[in-house]
Amino acid sequence: MAMTLRDIINKLLRRQPASASTARERLQLVLAHDRSDLSTELLDQMRKEILEVVAKYVEIDVNEGAVSLETEDRMTALVANLPIKRTMSGQIKLKEPKNQSEENSKEIEGTDQKL
Amino acid sequence: MATDTRVILICSGKGGVGKTTLTANLGISLARQGLTTAVLDADFGLRNLDLLLGLENRIVYTAQEVLEEECRLDQALVKHKQESNLSLLPAGNPRMLDWLKPDDMKRIVDMLKEQFNYVLIDCPAGVEDGFKNAMAASQEAIVVTNPEVSAVRDADRVIGLLNTNSIKPVQLVLNRVRPKMMANQEMLSIDDVTDILALPLLGLVLEDEQVIVSTNRGEPLTLNSLNSPAAKCYLNIAKRLQGEDIPLIDPAKESSGFGAKFRRLMQTKIF
Repeated sequence: MAMTLRDIINKLLRRQPASASTARERLQLVLAHDRSDLSTELLDQMRKEILEVVAKYVEIDVNEGAVSLETEDRMTALVANLPIKRTMSGQIKLKEPKNQSEENSKEIEGTDQKL
Repeated sequence: MATDTRVILICSGKGGVGKTTLTANLGISLARQGLTTAVLDADFGLRNLDLLLGLENRIVYTAQEVLEEECRLDQALVKHKQESNLSLLPAGNPRMLDWLKPDDMKRIVDMLKEQFNYVLIDCPAGVEDGFKNAMAASQEAIVVTNPEVSAVRDADRVIGLLNTNSIKPVQLVLNRVRPKMMANQEMLSIDDVTDILALPLLGLVLEDEQVIVSTNRGEPLTLNSLNSPAAKCYLNIAKRLQGEDIPLIDPAKESSGFGAKFRRLMQTKIF
């Protein structure tokens, strides 16, 4: 995102950002939703399911994860930003294969219930 | 008979952003350039184009009587007093909305195309039947918006509909621009709006109190007040429509002095 000198000064002084940048951000978000015709509930459900699928393979911080729609040049993209928890050695902690299959069966049960 | 008539829909989605004012001023400006121009008030529910052009007392027949074959087209057309190249086809009774179909709009526009170089359609607000009827009869469109979140959002809806109905080109007019607010970054910038809507900018119109004065008198600014800031903007838009290469006004340069220099410095993009 572009930042102007005024934005930086406002940030340094912990002042509210100029309202134009707030307007721009709010518009981009609302238009992404308008253009995709996805309701907030549907997007929420999709977010939940995406997190569940990813959680089967890596440990992620569910509270930090964000799935959003972003738009540029009338093209809308689904953007998932999912911070992966790392182990002390700095490596990504992959789950044990055993756990993974357990998770899989749980997932299928979950889907059945929804249907 | 005019060939290659351009039929342009002037629309916005949101009401009150300046569609009718733009239609009236473009009509006058194009007529001034010697182009025969018809302005069609497609806002049957809340018509106002007659009022802005100062022609409200000269309406005898409307589009309704033309469609019902109670009069000929030339009987319904109201020629402008000063600009004889400009004619208004007034909107009929609001009850027309009950039966008007896209084909009716096409019929009217086809009749107008035989006589005029330009047909400008003043579209009603909203994205419902009134808009869809008007769109059905149009080839290209000008979307009018203001640098405000609600107007830009509604414009986006309209642009989506225009794209799916193969209206092209679709160009943008950014109306009611306040240079000082833009410089203070308290108003969406020109780039913000054109980036978000992804449309080529046909022109911008500066906020101008004279617009209200001209509305009071029923004399569009481009008729008698050519030195007002908004009138210059409207004229530029008309020239660009005709293919002339007129540079855009830089709103930042509209204010001058130390304050303006400082505001420009604050606008500098760092990253």
